[in-house]
Amino acid sequence: MAEESTAIDPMHQFQVQTIADLFTIGDTQIAFTNSAAWMVATVVALWLFMLGGMKQAVVPGRWQMMVEGFTGFVTKLVDENIGKGGRKYLPYIFSLFMFILFANLLGMLPLGLVGLHPFTFTSHFTVTGVLAIMSFSIVLIVGFWKHGLKFFSLFVPHGTPVPMIPLIFFIELISFAFRPFSLGLRLFVAMTAGHILLKVLAGFVINSTNAGALWGGVVGIPSFALMVGISALEVLVAGIQAYVFALLTSLYIHDAEHLH
Amino acid sequence: MPQIEQLAATYGSQIFWLLVTFGIVYLVIGRGMARKVVGTVELRDRTVAEDLSSAEAARASADQAEEQWRAQENAAREQAKRKLAEARAAGAKASEQRLGAANAELDAKVSEAEARIAAAQQAALTEIGAVAADAARDIVRRVAETEVEEAEARKAVEKVLHG
Repeated sequence: MAEESTAIDPMHQFQVQTIADLFTIGDTQIAFTNSAAWMVATVVALWLFMLGGMKQAVVPGRWQMMVEGFTGFVTKLVDENIGKGGRKYLPYIFSLFMFILFANLLGMLPLGLVGLHPFTFTSHFTVTGVLAIMSFSIVLIVGFWKHGLKFFSLFVPHGTPVPMIPLIFFIELISFAFRPFSLGLRLFVAMTAGHILLKVLAGFVINSTNAGALWGGVVGIPSFALMVGISALEVLVAGIQAYVFALLTSLYIHDAEHLH
Repeated sequence: MPQIEQLAATYGSQIFWLLVTFGIVYLVIGRGMARKVVGTVELRDRTVAEDLSSAEAARASADQAEEQWRAQENAAREQAKRKLAEARAAGAKASEQRLGAANAELDAKVSEAEARIAAAQQAALTEIGAVAADAARDIVRRVAETEVEEAEARKAVEKVLHG
């Protein structure tokens, strides 16, 4: 992790490293990278987790109960926020929530201790951006498919005075257009910031301890204590960001389904 | 920041692998496994609700059966009470009749006996008159040494006996 003994680069953890150059599409190189490896790991972990809940027992065991807890949580989220006709989006929202949650949590694993390079692919806006664009595309497609041009009435709230309509329409349109950016950037920023903070504190611990026992005691130990607390906070953030992404997607789909 | 520095070099592979992995998650986990789990939960909820409602129905029918049984029981008791009262009334009437008949018989016997007693008294009285007349003739014969006619003696005795 440390390239030099004194300088610890907190950004190194976000480096995408190529494992195998696979093929090109047009001029774009499609390589299998550490990021892709963690995506595959996320899929496998999620699949294994879900497999434990597939016994379909009438009286569920612990694992099945846990899986049913997650599906129940997302089902409730979808029912409450999309409402009527929301169940057909359940597979998408559930996939989104679980994929982001598992990616966030896997990126938190202290695998650096055994020499692996832990990588959180949700800290890359190429990834979160694609997820946000997917959610936003669903909103646009469903909205225009169901309501046609009436979908634009979403930008004029009920009871807007007639002279205000052009202005309100313009403002609402801009706020609507910014939704995919806020959706994608929120997850990217939260993950990146947390990981940088942890790495900076880890650098403090290492460098201060290398500078001697006194600095190690004054700076290193409090930094380490802070790291423990922030790690717990990051686990919470991992869950909250996945929930927020799924929640906002449901709310946007609600707009597309019911307009208001 | 590698996210920006490596953007041009890695965006293709990032997007490609994200679409592949998320596609697998959506198809296998979202559409396949999650649906089955949700189905299991719904099936369980429905079974529990059905069991509860059938138990409720069974309880209601048991209550109804008990109510019916109670009504039947009450009717039977009422009938038994009525029959008992009838039998008692019939018995009382029959014994009264028999008592009345026995009384009448006794009365008849008593009055017959009384009549016999009166006749016997009458006979005895006449007998006494005859005996008294004989005795009076006898006394007259011994005292006055004269014969008195039987009819005369009898008349005299009658006079004394009846004032």
